[in-house]
Amino acid sequence: MRKIFKKKLPHMLLSATLVAGILSGCAGGSESGNGGSGDGDVIKIGANLELSGPVASYGQSIGKGVDLAVEEINKDGGIDGKKIEVVKIDNKSDAAEATNAAIKLTSQEKVTAIIGAATSGNSVAQVQIADDNKTVLLTPSGTSPNVTVGTNNKVNEFIFRTCFIDPFQGTVAANFAAKELKVKNAAIFADSASDYAKGLAASFKETFEKAGGKVVAQEAYVAKDTDFRSTLTRIKAANPEFVFIPGYYEEVGLIIKQAREMGITAPFMGGDGWDSPKLVELAGADALNNTFITNHYSSEDPDEKIQKFVAAFKAKNKDQAPDAFNALGYDSVYLLADAIKRAGSTDSTKIKDALAETNNLALVSGNFTIDENHNPIKSATVLEYKGGKQVFKTKINP
Amino acid sequence: MEWIQQLVNGISLGSIYALIALGYTMVYGIIKLINFAHGEVFMIGAFIGFYAIGGWGLSFVPALLLAMAVCAIIGVVIERVAYKRLRNATRIAALITAIGVSLFIQYGVIYIRGAQPEAYPNVLPSKTFEIFGVNISSQSLLILSVSIILMIILQFIVHRTKMGKAMRAVSFDAEAARLMGINVDRTISFTFAIGSALAGAAGVIFGTYYTKIDPLMGVIPGLKAFVAAVLGGIGIIPGAMVGGLVLGVVETVVSAFGYSLWRDAAAFIILILILIFKPSGLFGKNTREKV
Repeated sequence: MRKIFKKKLPHMLLSATLVAGILSGCAGGSESGNGGSGDGDVIKIGANLELSGPVASYGQSIGKGVDLAVEEINKDGGIDGKKIEVVKIDNKSDAAEATNAAIKLTSQEKVTAIIGAATSGNSVAQVQIADDNKTVLLTPSGTSPNVTVGTNNKVNEFIFRTCFIDPFQGTVAANFAAKELKVKNAAIFADSASDYAKGLAASFKETFEKAGGKVVAQEAYVAKDTDFRSTLTRIKAANPEFVFIPGYYEEVGLIIKQAREMGITAPFMGGDGWDSPKLVELAGADALNNTFITNHYSSEDPDEKIQKFVAAFKAKNKDQAPDAFNALGYDSVYLLADAIKRAGSTDSTKIKDALAETNNLALVSGNFTIDENHNPIKSATVLEYKGGKQVFKTKINP
Repeated sequence: MEWIQQLVNGISLGSIYALIALGYTMVYGIIKLINFAHGEVFMIGAFIGFYAIGGWGLSFVPALLLAMAVCAIIGVVIERVAYKRLRNATRIAALITAIGVSLFIQYGVIYIRGAQPEAYPNVLPSKTFEIFGVNISSQSLLILSVSIILMIILQFIVHRTKMGKAMRAVSFDAEAARLMGINVDRTISFTFAIGSALAGAAGVIFGTYYTKIDPLMGVIPGLKAFVAAVLGGIGIIPGAMVGGLVLGVVETVVSAFGYSLWRDAAAFIILILILIFKPSGLFGKNTREKV
């Protein structure tokens, strides 16, 4: 008995593995069959997002916005009767993973369009794949100009974005300073180590001078500096009525604190790089009074469309107010849905043409008109810090 | 008036450099080792102060003393663990070990609490006095006075106490000091303790003055303090103080002329020039090498 068992055991194991292999093969086959047959009545959209890793909060926020928009559209009967199906892939906040995810979405999932990624770097990593496979790529929050326009200054045909580009914030700040605050001269204090800050500073200067203002001092610092007092002393001596500080919150917080200590009372302004709770901790709530930032949107904007979105979002997400990334993710889906509807088909080339022709489409983060570089022309929101809290100030049209 | 303001800015910055430079210079003076981990002790001091103030609600002076005490212990531990067994090894081996210790502490702290910066709690009343059109914040006055008090205490320890005498003796000739019955190991540990305590104090002062602290904050001030120590003459205590203040003022003047991006470069150009033209530093005497 024992002997027989010993002899037979290998055979049993072998046949067991064979059976298992066949079964799993069958399962795999039927799965791919399902995917193929379902293509007719759903529109598959890929979401290539940073769901984990260092900037996971951006990707997750966008994902929530996307989910809400898809839910709403499907409840209203979808696009021309077809429901939207989202295939989410985590790119782990890594450029190489973002490329892999784009390959998977285009060649395996055969999606109609890709939404993502949150950062400019991870979006640029997908540009080649999307263009080669003629799949529309829409980045919700990649603000760097070189996502849609390649290094050869040629517009990437299939690549679009939902957010405005970096230099646009400088234009908005200049218009706000010249028209709303009515200041005649301004100083610029920019981070010379970041292209983002340099881009904002250049467009601020151009627009402000065009509006008749004068830039009385232009100074620079390097990221990671901690002592700005000597340069601020120079700025104070120039006596500006307004100081534009494009940069990131880590240095900006210190600059504002030190500037206020030195008795510079002029209003300060910057871009979305300021937008972090750490800024309030670093600068202190009092020092931040009379400072402004440009941002994509504000949940306190009284606009009816925005308040409807805020209410819907809160209902779905435990009463949490949507941030800019939520709004941009939400808008990305509607922007795409509008183009698919107008194209009247899921053919990528037609969708791409329809997207490029988007004109005055009213969405949460503004009225969208896509320009020749595939960037939306839309309004930006100006927020003011009051007692350490961001308060909606005004909307500036381009 | 702008110039007086800039001078005040420079002296505030310089007094922090000076506090860190003192530790460098004392350690170099006694075992001829450039302790690159010194900037990291400064960083740890800042974090201890941060947790003491923010977490346990201590006020500025107790937090300062606590940070100094803990840093003194850490300094001694570093010396005992990493440098003591290399006392008779080549100087380059000890130097490389110091860089290793420095990286170990930086990334150890990142591993424990992450790399994100922290904002120092507002622990000092920040009032601004205006004297002849010059804005001087109460914080920079306090920082300057704390730095000066610490330096006076240090001078007292080195020149008026038995331990200070032992330090000077070991620095002059360790072998002869040992023959005279001085416990050389204990003296070296004591030197590390004092130098590290000063770095810890500088860390807390830096945190309250500049608000932002992070695990890599020790690198640049550490290097600048090293430049300050060389500028004053490495191994010479008054040299480190003057070197620190001069460096702070030079950096501020460079910024004041509108070359703020050249500020760090200016500090290192000073290092190169000093090493070429007067390697013994401003306060150093030229000693002839005996053949």
